[in-house]
Amino acid sequence: MAKTHVTMKVNGAEVEGLVEPRTLLVHFIRENLQMTGTHIGCETTHCGACTVDIDGMSVKSCTMFAVQADGSDITTIEGMANADGTLSALQEGFRMMHGLQCGFCTPGMIVRAHRLLKENASPSEAEIRMGISGNICRCTGYQNIVKAIQYASAKINGVEFQEAAE
Amino acid sequence: MIPGSFSYHRPASVADAVKLLSDLGEDARPLAGGHSLVPMMKLRLATPAHLIDLHGIAALRGISRSGNNLVIGAMTTQHELLASEDVAKAMPILHEAALLIADPQVRYRGTIGGNVANGDPGNDMPALMMSLGATYRLEGSGGARDVAAADFYQGAYFTALEPGEILTSVSVPVPAAGHGSAYEKLKRKVGDYATAAAAVVLTMAGGKVATCSIGLTNVHETPLLATDAAKAVIGTSLDAATLKKAAAAAEAIMAPAADARGPVEYRKHVGGIMVTRALQRAAAKAK
Repeated sequence: MAKTHVTMKVNGAEVEGLVEPRTLLVHFIRENLQMTGTHIGCETTHCGACTVDIDGMSVKSCTMFAVQADGSDITTIEGMANADGTLSALQEGFRMMHGLQCGFCTPGMIVRAHRLLKENASPSEAEIRMGISGNICRCTGYQNIVKAIQYASAKINGVEFQEAAE
Repeated sequence: MIPGSFSYHRPASVADAVKLLSDLGEDARPLAGGHSLVPMMKLRLATPAHLIDLHGIAALRGISRSGNNLVIGAMTTQHELLASEDVAKAMPILHEAALLIADPQVRYRGTIGGNVANGDPGNDMPALMMSLGATYRLEGSGGARDVAAADFYQGAYFTALEPGEILTSVSVPVPAAGHGSAYEKLKRKVGDYATAAAAVVLTMAGGKVATCSIGLTNVHETPLLATDAAKAVIGTSLDAATLKKAAAAAEAIMAPAADARGPVEYRKHVGGIMVTRALQRAAAKAK
């Protein structure tokens, strides 16, 4: 099958490549671009481990072809840190609140939570839980992931994070 | 999982898309949000030789008013539906149901056109469109035609779409001011299809139901309009006996498959409960 030339911006850098139409975006990111932070979990659009941010939308990159991302602006987990290399509020939240155990779902969780907080900087707990309902974690029971996002929300809003009493 | 090989086409107009579809014949499939088709392709349950991606057609996106109708372009995403104040105000049931579809990531990509055109009995929008009296605009090389949602579904994945036609927009009459509506969906978890779901759109006058339509999701090989159930509640105040009658009339036309969501009897039973709850909630919201 003839290959198609694609160009896109990934984490601020212009990238290009030759892809078959059937190449999934997640394979292009992991194999062509060698950015393996974006994970492949279920491969059936359920788990959200492969979530990347495309033109302001959280998208499961296993359910989109690389040719469809031609010309788009993508942010992956590799692009989540602050410009000076320090941890972003979300990354810090996951670290401080122990928002991960095995870590497999974490890239997708953080990229998804990034867009959630862009759209709503002060989500309620229920809004956080609905907001990450397309991301499955099999370790944590979500409790500390929710806290991590609440931590990031507080930090973004310049207020001190108060853990809710349990 | 990697899909089979295919050629990728990205037309910029409906005319070009329709021409590609008719030139390439049955080996070509239109691609909307891709959240039904792409997983099927990865499982090799669908192996189209050509994909015609509709994302390049700007005319297929957006929500506009046309007389008393909201016209929703086929490539309008569930996320865009949820962001529309027009939708939230004029037909809150669409907003409510869109929130129950899949998960946030899927809603950024999933489109109303794909949802209604695919013919999947598990999809939520078709029963809604039937209960709202919507029509679909279908365009092919022979021109455009409008088909009522109520006449569109013929079997599971089998619709009134002819080869070479694309569903380009959905036109939904704005329900009467003061109407009440509700979509009750029982599902096992976020992202699941309904075990059973019911859409109700009604108006009340003097404490009694004046008009009512009821749509049912995933309890038959097609979405259903529960006409007898709706008739049973007209002129009543939705007392317990009436609700029981309406649920029974709805259950009588259900023929769900026994699957992981439960045996036939269970799915019909909860289908009746969804009808009851949707009627009560819609009536409470009506003015």
